[in-house]
Amino acid sequence: MKTDISKLLQKNHKQILEDWMTNQLADASLREDLMSNEELGEQSQELLSALLKSINDKNLNDVQSEEFENVYEILSGISMSRARQGYTPRETGMFVLSLKQAIIGTLTKMLKNDPQALVDASFKMNNLLDSLSIMTFETFIKSREEVILRQTDEISEISTPVIRVWDGIVALPIIGTLDSSRTQVVMEALLQEIVESGSTIAILDISGVPAVDSLVAQHLIKTVAATRLMGAECIISGIRPEIAQTVVHLGIDLSNIVTKASLASALRHAFGILQLEVQKKQKDKTVR
Amino acid sequence: MKLVLNKDKMQIIREQDVVPFRNRVKEYATKIGMGIVNQTKLITAASELVRNMLKYGGGGEALIEVISQGRDNGIRLTFTDKGPGITDIPLAMKDGYTTGKSLGVGLPGARRLVNEFDIKSTPGSGTTVCIIKWKNG
Repeated sequence: MKTDISKLLQKNHKQILEDWMTNQLADASLREDLMSNEELGEQSQELLSALLKSINDKNLNDVQSEEFENVYEILSGISMSRARQGYTPRETGMFVLSLKQAIIGTLTKMLKNDPQALVDASFKMNNLLDSLSIMTFETFIKSREEVILRQTDEISEISTPVIRVWDGIVALPIIGTLDSSRTQVVMEALLQEIVESGSTIAILDISGVPAVDSLVAQHLIKTVAATRLMGAECIISGIRPEIAQTVVHLGIDLSNIVTKASLASALRHAFGILQLEVQKKQKDKTVR
Repeated sequence: MKLVLNKDKMQIIREQDVVPFRNRVKEYATKIGMGIVNQTKLITAASELVRNMLKYGGGGEALIEVISQGRDNGIRLTFTDKGPGITDIPLAMKDGYTTGKSLGVGLPGARRLVNEFDIKSTPGSGTTVCIIKWKNG
């Protein structure tokens, strides 16, 4: 007699859920700090019901079957939320893999007297649950990657602050490597600030750039050229001794750009252009 | 006689691989006690060559080796790509020559920054560039 695995599983719905919860709660890596046991129980209940509902005798062999779409959806929702909450891949994987243990365990009990059917059923359930766990990992990693991408965007945004150091003088400290996309952000922020503040002098500080190769130099030259088109003078500051030597050996010509070793000397140069003077306050002679 | 003390291989496929590679080179250079000026020169040369490999060779492999010759230690970097190759190497090594829209100082600049520079290319099958920077070179 051929046993209908799906019916068998549906009949034992409650038992499977209980076993599954026991497995999950027994696992040492359970994160009670991230999710309460009730919430975990709800998630498990939801997934198991969806799985058992969509399972039937025909689609057991076909993990790509459309009837599993609902299950995939619930599962990817769970693994996505777990990735955001900071679960490790292991903890997320255990969620599905412990369901496998519970299901196989139930099958073993039910089909004790029919070894052939048991092998057959466990093989099919194995396949199905493996593909579910692969799916879990895929979604998990995808959501993690989204987090990383968002952070990359945030970093490139917060790393380009344009500072108004004086009336008519803006400064932009560049930290990290200047690649094409970074240059775009830097240039946009700088040109925008020049317009808004009506500045005539822009200081680009490259103290935080680890190495200046020809690509970085080219991007700097372009930024300077664009600043000049806007009618502002551009000073590059923060050139360290080793960078100076490297640029010379590399054969990059920066001679028609005003460059200074430190931000302070760039500021002094800017004051000179604006004909400003900073002086030490003189004490009143009559007091003495 | 050059002895290889340490070997490390890295795949360079995307632009994002450039910075980790540079950091790795810096790590090795710091480990053998290379000064900051020579370190910067080596890293800049490596950066030029690795960007060339990405832009013209479609990515490839970079080998970092710590080598020793007599009492001198140094870093040898080998860049291998399977790109279209360079037909006229003397022309490519000329200052200001570029087929892209860059400054044209990458290859000749890199040669000036290191102690030994060797380039081999077979049109159609790829390019290999090997550079050595001695600790006190």
